Amino acid sequence: MMDELTGRGAVSEKKSGFAAYLRRVWAVAAKDVRTELRAREIVVTMAAFAVLAAVVFGLAFDLRVPRAELVVPGILWVIVLFTGVLGLQRSFGSETDRGTLTGLLLAPVERSAIYFGKVAANLLYFLIVEALLAPTLLILFDVNLAQPIILLGLLMGTLGYAIVGTLFAALTVRSRAREALLPVLLLPVLAPLFIAGVSLTAVVLDARPAGEAWRWVGILALYDALFLAIALLLFDLIWEQG
Amino acid sequence: MTGQTPLIRCDKVTKRFGGKRVLRDVSLSVSGGEILSLVGANGSGKTTLLRIVAGLERLDAGEVWLGPVPLSAAHHEIRRYIGVVDHAPLLYDRLTAVENLQFFARMYDLAAAEDRITRLLHAFELWPRRDDPVRTFSRGMLQRLAIARAILHEPPVLILDEPDSGLDRESLAMLAGLLAEFRRGERAVLISTHDRNRAAAWSDRICELREGRLHPITDLERSEQ
Repeated sequence: MMDELTGRGAVSEKKSGFAAYLRRVWAVAAKDVRTELRAREIVVTMAAFAVLAAVVFGLAFDLRVPRAELVVPGILWVIVLFTGVLGLQRSFGSETDRGTLTGLLLAPVERSAIYFGKVAANLLYFLIVEALLAPTLLILFDVNLAQPIILLGLLMGTLGYAIVGTLFAALTVRSRAREALLPVLLLPVLAPLFIAGVSLTAVVLDARPAGEAWRWVGILALYDALFLAIALLLFDLIWEQG
Repeated sequence: MTGQTPLIRCDKVTKRFGGKRVLRDVSLSVSGGEILSLVGANGSGKTTLLRIVAGLERLDAGEVWLGPVPLSAAHHEIRRYIGVVDHAPLLYDRLTAVENLQFFARMYDLAAAEDRITRLLHAFELWPRRDDPVRTFSRGMLQRLAIARAILHEPPVLILDEPDSGLDRESLAMLAGLLAEFRRGERAVLISTHDRNRAAAWSDRICELREGRLHPITDLERSEQ
């Protein structure tokens, strides 16, 4: 069908298949990370906010809670959620502010490849911030979060957050009120993830049976898989045209 | 290619923003080796029409064809055949010139990317600044790199939205030379510009967008500009 165009000497080659798709995902993610390494406007902001929020929570609950294990699961996940919104705002926001989104949309790639590239970069940013947050909470509350099931839950919860958050960031990026709109739309959808994350962390810190913790891990896995499927189905439509 | 099918064809394209009809039954065609300039006042719909042809804007009625392919039914691969120079340079200001072109080369699955990037940077006289972040570039350099990005994958269809905006004399001469090359290379080029004299110098045909309708400007009118 495109012979009349292809005969015109375009040097780019149509490459299909999963490996080609992954290369495009990688290209978007690598570009975002490289840009962030130079600009330092997302991770630094998120990390500073996370540490400050932990300190504020530390001051708020100091001497009032008999056992820090009672509040740390909630503190951890509240900070993860609010910190994430800061990063997500910039994920597509920086592309629209700098006018580069059009360049991305002109590329002959599946929109979902752009999406997954952004998910990968956001996941990395979230995990870096969490790697700073966990020792901060250890210092402030003397609660060790470095336990395998908590870390697994944090990884799965963060993955789900990156999947859903990146989708909503793309949905709201063309809105003038995106800074306000994103958290308002996003936080209710994240409620199941938040509840599962807090519950899983509490179960482990309370040294309750491991089976209970694994149930929450299963719920997080289900959440991730569900929204991954939704994102795959929706993302090409969100940005198809205009 | 039959030689008959235009590479760009708009058939009764209509676009509304709210209640306002910005484009009314606009029809045009551009064949390979032809340059068509769109002129018109600010807000006349030039950019909207170019964005529709580039597949960046939905149309309300009509159809755009790229070669034999209707844009409304086209796969995302159709974008491989379009190059766009926009108002914004579409470049990442924290990345260097080379890194920007490498990124887009990956997105277009460009064969022999490094050779092509090197040739383009030399051709646009950006080679000495290849490793500098794009944010340190002047407007003229940015625009040259934006054009290099747009033709990186050698698309047969080129859409240039005010490519002369903010260019110094040297860059304008380079652009004029490039357009002559595009014509020889049998590309179909659709340009918007405010400057009628430049449009006359650059293009085979000129059309004016006025009140949403396209009015061809005849040779006589061109000579009067």
